[in-house]
Amino acid sequence: MLVNRLVLGVSTLAAALGLAMLVWILGDVAIKGAASLNRDFFTELPAPPGMEGGGLANAIVGTLIMTGVAAAIAVPFGVFAGTWLSEFGRESRLGEMVRYFSDILVSAPSIVVGVFVYIVMVKTMGHFSGWAGAVSLAIIMLPVVSRTTEEMLKLVPHELREAALALGAPYWKVMLQVIYRAAVSGMITGIMLSVARVAGETAPLLFTALNSPYWADGLNEPMGNLTVTLFNYAMSPYDDWHAKAWGAAFLITMTVLAVTITTRLVLRKRRSAP
Amino acid sequence: MTQPGTQAATQATTQADTREAASAANVKEPVKIAIRRLNFFYGDKQVLFDNTLDIAENRVTAFIGPSGCGKSTHIRCYNRMFELYKGHRAEGEILLDGVNILDPRQIPALELRHKVGMIFQKPTPFPMSIFDNIAYGLKLHANLNRADTEARVEKALRGAALWDEVKDKLHQPGTALSGGQQQRLCIARALAIEPEVLLMDEPCSALDPIATSKIEELIDELKQRFTIVIVTHNMQQAARVSDYTAYFYLGKLIEFGETEQLFTQPTKQETEDYITGRFG
Repeated sequence: MLVNRLVLGVSTLAAALGLAMLVWILGDVAIKGAASLNRDFFTELPAPPGMEGGGLANAIVGTLIMTGVAAAIAVPFGVFAGTWLSEFGRESRLGEMVRYFSDILVSAPSIVVGVFVYIVMVKTMGHFSGWAGAVSLAIIMLPVVSRTTEEMLKLVPHELREAALALGAPYWKVMLQVIYRAAVSGMITGIMLSVARVAGETAPLLFTALNSPYWADGLNEPMGNLTVTLFNYAMSPYDDWHAKAWGAAFLITMTVLAVTITTRLVLRKRRSAP
Repeated sequence: MTQPGTQAATQATTQADTREAASAANVKEPVKIAIRRLNFFYGDKQVLFDNTLDIAENRVTAFIGPSGCGKSTHIRCYNRMFELYKGHRAEGEILLDGVNILDPRQIPALELRHKVGMIFQKPTPFPMSIFDNIAYGLKLHANLNRADTEARVEKALRGAALWDEVKDKLHQPGTALSGGQQQRLCIARALAIEPEVLLMDEPCSALDPIATSKIEELIDELKQRFTIVIVTHNMQQAARVSDYTAYFYLGKLIEFGETEQLFTQPTKQETEDYITGRFG
């Protein structure tokens, strides 16, 4: 009896502690971050070092663009790869290999991806660029998208494929019109969660897109982004920049949270709907 | 597309096999499908052995036998569904109106499946509306305008005795229907493309008794227009719905004949043991 109560007590305490930490972090970010959000934060360029005012408009736009381009690269590749893994590579040697390596890629530290793209793209091109940033984010997204696509397609019962094929449909039509449709909500969840994940990445951008206090003139030059800006500003000696860093942290956290929660809600609604 | 050589060869073997088959399996009605020495392999493992029988046109033929006896494997040859899986291989001949459907050069799989529809054990509605479930198959094989499509969808749903239950909710998801309705939706979907043969692989095993009796009534009506082959675990069902019955055991066709005769006076001891429940 005593042991029971003891273990229950300790477990409850541990759970409460974990939750308290999360609430503390979110609360701190929300209180300090929300205070520094104003119109200028979203519309103005950063002020020169030491000066008050300005905003992070270029960094917000930069993060949106690079995340968008990364998704545009990773989603088609990831969906195709996942389709191959589920439909054709299920029991093949190559399928096993692809699956194994993409699992390694999922758990690879993102800074390694950053350094890799630095060597392959930044070094050869001779300068940091938005493209390099987008590519490094895409590399991080790719295995997440392909593995979730594969898992979601595998959940679609095999009978459904046979039923569609039995009507005389070619395999590609079966995939496009029946199987993707059956798996689409899960696939979108995977994509959204991978977007949410890379939106908060700093390390891969540090070596690739770098950062910039100006509007970028396209993806061929260093590009401002929220996470590296947050890193730089937090390390700076200026109080105003500290406040802006809190603002950036708040914005990133809320966006990621919003994406995650919306996706889960949509998914739950779809699942419970007939 | 058929080369003269292969055609002549086909005819020659057909004649030889017909003589041989005469004793094994014959039917009174015109033959829709003639199966000649069908052997089937999963890789190195042989699971069907020299199956030879005739399927009568516009009649219901039931396949019975214990689990794993190869009856499902057998009918999955009629629409070449096995092609989907690596190492699955059929030998012998299956002549649908004289065309050997095991030969991809004589008939491509997509064309074959237009002629030979299939209903599966579990209802398999597609993740789309009731209307689109039916229209899906139609769009595969014909370019129909809206009005024609609507007419064909209604005809198919009426044919599957489902129209009255769903006519007011055609645009609701097919997955929202009950199990028995879903299975009739799948039947309607198969009917819509107007096949000649309907294969049913234990179509009632996932359904309750009321839904089952509706499907059985439907089968009785459908045989006016289609040749039906049904695989069933349920011997009473075979006795109720079919005109001919084939008893399979371990991949071999043990006995084939008119249902009434097979159930009342089986000629083989094995068949009698199975239908009287002494085994299986």
